[in-house]
Amino acid sequence: MHFLNYIWLIPVLPVLGAAIQLLLGRRLSNKAVSAVSVGLPGLSFLWALGCFFQLLSLPAQANHTFTKVLYSWLPAGAFHLADGSLAHLNVYVGFQLDPLSSVMMLVVTGVGFLIHVYSIGYMGHEGGYYRFFGYLNLFMFSMLVLVLADNYLMMFVGWEGVGLSSYFLIGFYFHRKSASDAGKKAFVVNRIGDAAFLLGMMLMAVTFGTLDFLPITEAARGGRFAVGDGVITAICILLFIGAAGKSAQIPLYVWLPDAMEGPTPVSALIHAATMVTAGVYMVARSNALYVLAPTALALVGAIGAATAIWAASIGLVQNDIKRVLAYSTVSQLGYMFLACGVGAFGAGIFHLMTHAFFKALLFLGAGSVIHALSGEQDLRKMGALWRKIPTTAWTMLAATLAISGAPLLSGFFSKDEILWQAFASPYGNKLLWSVGVVTAGLTAFYMFRLFFLTFAGNSRVPHEVEQHIHESPSSMTVPLICLGLGAVGAGYVGWPKVLGGSNWFGRFLDPVFENPALRPALQHTWNLEFGLMLLSVGVALVGFFGAYRWYAKQPGIAERVAAAAGAGYTLLLNKYYIDELYDALFVNRAKDLGSALAAFDLGVVDGGVNGVGWSTRMSAELSRLWDTWVIDGLVNVLAFVVKVLSYPARVLQTGLLQSYAWFITLGVFIFMVYYLIYF
Amino acid sequence: MITLQTADLVRILPEIVLSIFGILVMVLEPFVAAAQKKLLGWMALLGVLAAATATVRTSFEPGLAFGGTIAADEFSIYFIYLFLLTAGLVILGSIDYLERNHAQHGEFYALVLLGTVGMCFMAASTDLIMIFLGLEISSISTYILAGFRRADRLSNEAALKYFLLGSFATAFFLYGIAFVYGLTGTTNLLGLSARLMEPSQWTTFARVALVLMFVGLAFKLSTVPFQVWTPDVYQGAPAPVTAFLSVGPKAAAFAVLLRLFLGGFASAGTVSFWILWISAALTMCLGNLAALWQTNVKRLLAYSSIAHAGYILVGVAAGGSRGISAVLFYLVAYALMNVGAFIMVAHLSGTGERLVQIEDYTGLAFERPGVAACLAVFFLSLAGFPTTAGFLGKFYVFRAAIHSHLIGLTVLALLNSVVSVYYYLRIVVAMYMREGKTEAATVELPWPVRTALAVSVLGIFYLGLAPKLPLGLSTLAALPLPK
Repeated sequence: MHFLNYIWLIPVLPVLGAAIQLLLGRRLSNKAVSAVSVGLPGLSFLWALGCFFQLLSLPAQANHTFTKVLYSWLPAGAFHLADGSLAHLNVYVGFQLDPLSSVMMLVVTGVGFLIHVYSIGYMGHEGGYYRFFGYLNLFMFSMLVLVLADNYLMMFVGWEGVGLSSYFLIGFYFHRKSASDAGKKAFVVNRIGDAAFLLGMMLMAVTFGTLDFLPITEAARGGRFAVGDGVITAICILLFIGAAGKSAQIPLYVWLPDAMEGPTPVSALIHAATMVTAGVYMVARSNALYVLAPTALALVGAIGAATAIWAASIGLVQNDIKRVLAYSTVSQLGYMFLACGVGAFGAGIFHLMTHAFFKALLFLGAGSVIHALSGEQDLRKMGALWRKIPTTAWTMLAATLAISGAPLLSGFFSKDEILWQAFASPYGNKLLWSVGVVTAGLTAFYMFRLFFLTFAGNSRVPHEVEQHIHESPSSMTVPLICLGLGAVGAGYVGWPKVLGGSNWFGRFLDPVFENPALRPALQHTWNLEFGLMLLSVGVALVGFFGAYRWYAKQPGIAERVAAAAGAGYTLLLNKYYIDELYDALFVNRAKDLGSALAAFDLGVVDGGVNGVGWSTRMSAELSRLWDTWVIDGLVNVLAFVVKVLSYPARVLQTGLLQSYAWFITLGVFIFMVYYLIYF
Repeated sequence: MITLQTADLVRILPEIVLSIFGILVMVLEPFVAAAQKKLLGWMALLGVLAAATATVRTSFEPGLAFGGTIAADEFSIYFIYLFLLTAGLVILGSIDYLERNHAQHGEFYALVLLGTVGMCFMAASTDLIMIFLGLEISSISTYILAGFRRADRLSNEAALKYFLLGSFATAFFLYGIAFVYGLTGTTNLLGLSARLMEPSQWTTFARVALVLMFVGLAFKLSTVPFQVWTPDVYQGAPAPVTAFLSVGPKAAAFAVLLRLFLGGFASAGTVSFWILWISAALTMCLGNLAALWQTNVKRLLAYSSIAHAGYILVGVAAGGSRGISAVLFYLVAYALMNVGAFIMVAHLSGTGERLVQIEDYTGLAFERPGVAACLAVFFLSLAGFPTTAGFLGKFYVFRAAIHSHLIGLTVLALLNSVVSVYYYLRIVVAMYMREGKTEAATVELPWPVRTALAVSVLGIFYLGLAPKLPLGLSTLAALPLPK
């Protein structure tokens, strides 16, 4: 069978499911709904696999690129380009499968299918089962159109489609006001980015005379444009604003944490594994343009790095299990943009792929925990779940290790590739690199904090909930295990040369990103790269031990700690004091500023570690305040301004004929005066 | 001395056919039994179809008619089809609406047909006097239609307001014509452009004339600050009439605007450019901002249609064949989605149009998934969602604007379309994200209405997904206008 020729089936199969659910779903049983809506994405995953293997077997000179044009969507209109030459803008409905889109396609269909399976168990007791699957199928369709499109306009179609379905899914629990508010916030913030994307696209159309990926890439690499070309830079910056909206980067990241109001499988699929990475994909897809715009690249890198550390610091103090993961996602997306910003697009996509596995797993695991605890999301009301839900715990451990960069797990390979590129690439620098390393430490800390608070220590679960704790059904645990295997092993495709591998993944993507300007400035010295690798592992270990000291060794298990060492006792004492400070900071920030300073003194006396911990917490608190007061404040101010601006318009609408006539006369008068005086 | 030739008559064949059917419906009305009045609606629809066929004949004989006062060219034929499409959909959507609201009278259909005649003349005229006649024919029909729910206070109020302010605005237009005639000695558009060749000829009086005529048209376009009547009239008029009002006269006024500003007044250059620029900017902003706070769906759609006039004006300001064809394409998209939305609103509102608040649509998607999906398509298209006609319409208008270096206006339009999503989504939210038993869910949709809705939805997707043919036609239709 020739899979590639029918590549359009991959997005079409899920949309069939969506149509069936949304029009007939009410009359179907839950079983039938699951069969249709999980089966069709499953089929589309199988088809994607077929396409992938046929792509690999294409002759090498084709650069592993396959395009299939279905029909002409917007026909040619001849027009003059900005430089005066004549062009025909012709947009096709066409699909392009190359190494880059095939990675995205497999991630979307593969992880997507697993999350569909998981949802059978997770959403089984919820109302609106068919609606949920209808929207989820609609999302799969849009996302697949986004990644398989062969031109920017079709990509934009998918881009808007994922926005719409994400909006429906965030607001799925619509009886909670916060949920529908979050949906609206997400949609509106995204539209700001979309407007910039659209503008960038128009600028591309007038500059290149086409919106297709291949000709634009060709033109950009053809030497027609100088490096630093103003128009190209403008296009790149506009596209990046679009990407920042979709992929939750500073300053448009505010919608993502709120989006956690949606059901957990949605958080896993849309707000961790796939949709939010669309911006990274778009920037990587436009790599030929970005290479011509060093200013835009620097902006991408700087915003990426800033977002990574910013979000990670906020993640340190969140108590809602899903919010920790949400900030972690924002931070990891920052890593991917950091990679793109230093010209290491391949490394960014590599991290995108591994992240899809471990972050989807973390969310689904969190969902399984929430499911076991009858809906509880507060980390302070968990603990000691290790033996009660072992499958969830083991898979979560794998994912936590992977995201923290534990050696030989998937996250380790991709994160180190990014850090090495930030250090060695001609676009990288030591500052970006060091921000990346510090973030790695913070990541290990907050992830293990989450893990220990959930699974280790004493149980803080209320008694009545504790009696109902149960491991999730197999429809939920099997996807966890599959993703766990991915979280452990997905990195092996990119085993780096420094560890004796061949970085197959990097070479596979090379045809898409090939560019002499991107060769590392530094020689690939084994010692240096290996040394940096050890350093980042060391930093992650520091984060891990920090979390271990503060969250695993609690007063509840004091016997063991006291027995271990006397020094452990002192540590416990400090821990106790930090907790007090922590509470004070949250309960009454202004009043306790003095005692906070005192605690800082104590912390310094007690060996620096606590001091560092405190200041990180303080800065995290500050960024949270920034969020609450400045960002939300700005949104409110904006809403107010809009309201005020529309006030005269509404006041003029008196309903009185005479005043209307006066208004018209006034308009005539103004136009007249304007024309008689100024022209 | 002008002698009447067969070719002259062929070139106004669609108008003749529509008039005959209009008069027939009116004359037969007393002889049709009360229970059979529906037949008159079908007869009117037959008239629309006959006129569409007649237009084919006209298109074989392009040229000027009646001493150069009427032009049967690609431009006018494009508009005639647009008006016939609108009239056809409105008639299909009205038959059962009138039945339910006990207003099944033959005049309704006759007035729709005659109003359409007026619009066709507006688009086809190349003479200011003929344009004025067309304007008056269409206006008077629509004034009466706006008050067709005679027992309803709001409907009466709408008709009266529309009539009084409409005549007020028409006076400006007529005044402008007088000025133009006084300055140039002609009312013919071709003659005008020959006499006003140089920008230096744009003296004070010429500018006054231009502003006065723009005001007359701006009233029909409902651009700021001449939009004040729109919300009240759209809300008060029967919903199918609002569908007709919001599309027909507006498109006809755009046709005149294009012929006048890019044709007869082409040499006005920057003078006419800035008037368009300012109006477009103000209209988009006010329409969208005011729509944000509406709770009545008809009123919301009224403000939305003001905003859309602003987007279309961006295309007019862009000018050139690209701008014109973008405007023409946009108008078809706009006709489909706006007529569709209003017809749906007309039928969901129940007897006496009671259910027109957003909360009346609460939970509609749970009871009537098909109906809700249909309405969602209209609103998403109005919001400019990709794969729909509304998106491509905006895309082409904005592209034309960027080509003409109207970057500021394009950015403003894009920001406006961001804001607009918010209020269109409010209705989608009500339908899909809130539960509730709504009376609107019990409304029957008879097959003529379903046909009209299906045509609109399919048209929206057709224009959005495979716009090759319509785009080609709009490019062709832009040819007769000077570049």
